[in-house]
Amino acid sequence: MTDVMNQIDMALLEPIVKRFEGHRRDALLPMLHEAQAIYGWLPQAVQEAISQTLRVPAADVHGVIEFYTMFYNQPTAKKVIRICEGSSCHLAGSAAVIEAVESQLGLENGQTSADGSVTYELVPCLGMCEHGPNALNGTRTAGQLTAARVPEFLDGSYPEPGPKVFGSPRLALGRVGIVDPGSLEDYLAHGGYQGLGKALEMDPTTLIASNKTAEILGRGGAQFPMGVKAEMVRNAPAPASQKHVVVNADESEPGTFKDRTIMEGDPFSLIEAATLIGYIVGAENGWILIRGEYPRSFRRLQAAIAAARSAGYLGRDILGREGFHFDIELRLGAGAYICGEETALFEAVEGKRGFPRIKPPFPTTHGLFGQPTAINNVETLVMALAAFNAGEEAWNQMGTKQSPGTKLFCVSGHVEQPGTYEVPFGLTIRQLLEMAGGVRGGKQLKGCLVGGAAGVFVNPGMIDMPLTYEDARANQVPLGSGAIVVMDESVDVREMMIQLAHFFAHESCGKCFPCQIGTQRQLEILERVAAEGSRGAADLRALQDIGATMTQTSLCGLGQTAASAIMSAVKLWPELVA
Amino acid sequence: MSETVTLTIDGTEITVPAGTTILDAAAQLGIEIPAICYHDSLKANGLCRVCSVDAGWRTNAAACVAECSQGMNVKTQTDEVVRNRRTILEMLSSTVDLSEAPGILALLKESGADPERFAEFKRRESPVYDDNPFYIRDYNQCINCWRCVQVCAEDAQFAFALSFDGRGFETRIGTFMNQGMPDTTCVFCGQCVGVCPTGALKPKRQVLLEQGMNPDDIFRETKRGRKPKREARGGNS
Repeated sequence: MTDVMNQIDMALLEPIVKRFEGHRRDALLPMLHEAQAIYGWLPQAVQEAISQTLRVPAADVHGVIEFYTMFYNQPTAKKVIRICEGSSCHLAGSAAVIEAVESQLGLENGQTSADGSVTYELVPCLGMCEHGPNALNGTRTAGQLTAARVPEFLDGSYPEPGPKVFGSPRLALGRVGIVDPGSLEDYLAHGGYQGLGKALEMDPTTLIASNKTAEILGRGGAQFPMGVKAEMVRNAPAPASQKHVVVNADESEPGTFKDRTIMEGDPFSLIEAATLIGYIVGAENGWILIRGEYPRSFRRLQAAIAAARSAGYLGRDILGREGFHFDIELRLGAGAYICGEETALFEAVEGKRGFPRIKPPFPTTHGLFGQPTAINNVETLVMALAAFNAGEEAWNQMGTKQSPGTKLFCVSGHVEQPGTYEVPFGLTIRQLLEMAGGVRGGKQLKGCLVGGAAGVFVNPGMIDMPLTYEDARANQVPLGSGAIVVMDESVDVREMMIQLAHFFAHESCGKCFPCQIGTQRQLEILERVAAEGSRGAADLRALQDIGATMTQTSLCGLGQTAASAIMSAVKLWPELVA
Repeated sequence: MSETVTLTIDGTEITVPAGTTILDAAAQLGIEIPAICYHDSLKANGLCRVCSVDAGWRTNAAACVAECSQGMNVKTQTDEVVRNRRTILEMLSSTVDLSEAPGILALLKESGADPERFAEFKRRESPVYDDNPFYIRDYNQCINCWRCVQVCAEDAQFAFALSFDGRGFETRIGTFMNQGMPDTTCVFCGQCVGVCPTGALKPKRQVLLEQGMNPDDIFRETKRGRKPKREARGGNS
């Protein structure tokens, strides 16, 4: 294998080197992706050529490759088979699929076939939880896999899954599954760009005021008011050419797939929404960073951006509004949950390891390239556009006073009808589960994981909590990601805890000590408890000390929430560690 | 900056210029907030979090990077702050060899940490690299304070010979494709050795002396291995 794969034809790299000449470090991730598409991996000579082209120190190029799990500096096949080992897929029966794939490929996790044609990997979460068990064959997506269909999956003939969208009213998801995501004309025929057209007639400060009234809080997890953020960026002293709109499409929270639903099903709506916020904050530079595990979202947005640009919806004097310029650069991540943290995402776009930055200063004044930046999650932006289109009165009639409008929820796991649900704020978890057909097979509910790995477990006694910002805050349940992973009575919560702990140990960036070591020790304690039984109070105290220390002292949100779900499980089911 | 802010640290009021860190303000009051990664001459990155204090925020503030603000009430010795500090030190002690880091060992003692608390778990192990005549790299003692990477880059030398391998618990200081130092852009300035807070980077001569070799032999040994003239790069792939 290595002999075949070590023959590196550097001539193949030349067109890429030519194209990237004159670019700087922020082109590093795109250039690594393109080079890797040629060789399957990044041999030393290729790394050196990239280092010279972009004038990035060779050690740094190597350090970046080492950070992102989808970049390889060891011989790796051009085709990588990736199977999701996340919680939702596990509940949906991924174990049988994994076994079938491994036996048919004759490979174990991380191995490459003898002829160098295929590499096989397990991935913490592919973000297609409604289609679990799911997988990627290269960039081709697959869902509802069964052991019997593995041969089709492996030979590339297994069909790609379509959207699973439910609920009403559909303000953000109205076009998903209806519009052709590849056609700008179809988008326009379904009401696309009417909102932006109207907004461009208005003063940005008026738009900020109406966004504030709509109470749109960040839908990525932190729940920061979008309008306040927009106002701060607008007021930050810098010309439009030095301000940025960044779309956080690094949706990597396990059990979360709403942003992917939008990007795959209605990519133009995200472009319109980003352009709108560009107008509001007075920024000319748009960026979208999509997680590396979303090849289909990337393809569709890439095509949509090109179409929007050539039709004049991106570029200079948009929609005839003189002096309003805005364009979007698309970036593909490469396997790092931490890059969903806003400052780590900036680092990734800048071509660095995804280490989160110290805050303050905040992105509104010191964001991408140290310049004022409005960074928002995909749903947040599209919902802001939806709220504007709906109009204040209609928007405020939905939901509650403090949580007007609709919210997307990602329902997966042991449920009859997994999918992305758009519903008004205020429904209870129970009502949402009923909409989704209840627990699969009519079994009893053990509980749900709400908010993903960084979220909390709830038990059947808690599912009458209304899904609103105010109730979520009062009950310390994070709402933003909208992930609801349903578990029936048969679930071994210890196993779930180990999976979550493994996820954080795998995804900790390694910058600050408490998270770097704490995520590892948390995992080891839980593994030992599962294998040998608990040492009672000593183990509980150790988990609490590590959990509280990570929560209170970690540098960023990853470490601060790495013990959240696990500590909530221990509280609900003390017997797990007793 | 002529603006000042007034705050309270452990019950004592102090007025400092705006932009002063909590660590510096506390030092002015004679309160020493412990820290490991922090170095006076280098950019503070808030890595070890041993300097975390209660500043009334949602989470603790890392005193080495958090700036004082008007009316702030800082507490450096609450039960939680002390517990956090102790836990970080206990976890660090279970990860790497601190035997040649007397400062950190003293901190472990002061904070009442049990160095063996997590001793049953995986350590971050690494081969010892003895690849040049000037210094030895023993990353079994490396705490990932970044000081060597920083002095090698923008904080001092602009040599950029060092970066990181892996991530999370498995993060280690690394060179381009794991090359030995003579093959990298290292200029052997020695600054990394000077700022290393543990025994991870050590002068080769010190190591040989500790092994009992006599100074004349050491001179011959380390002179012989001088860095060869650099050839055109890229020929060893």
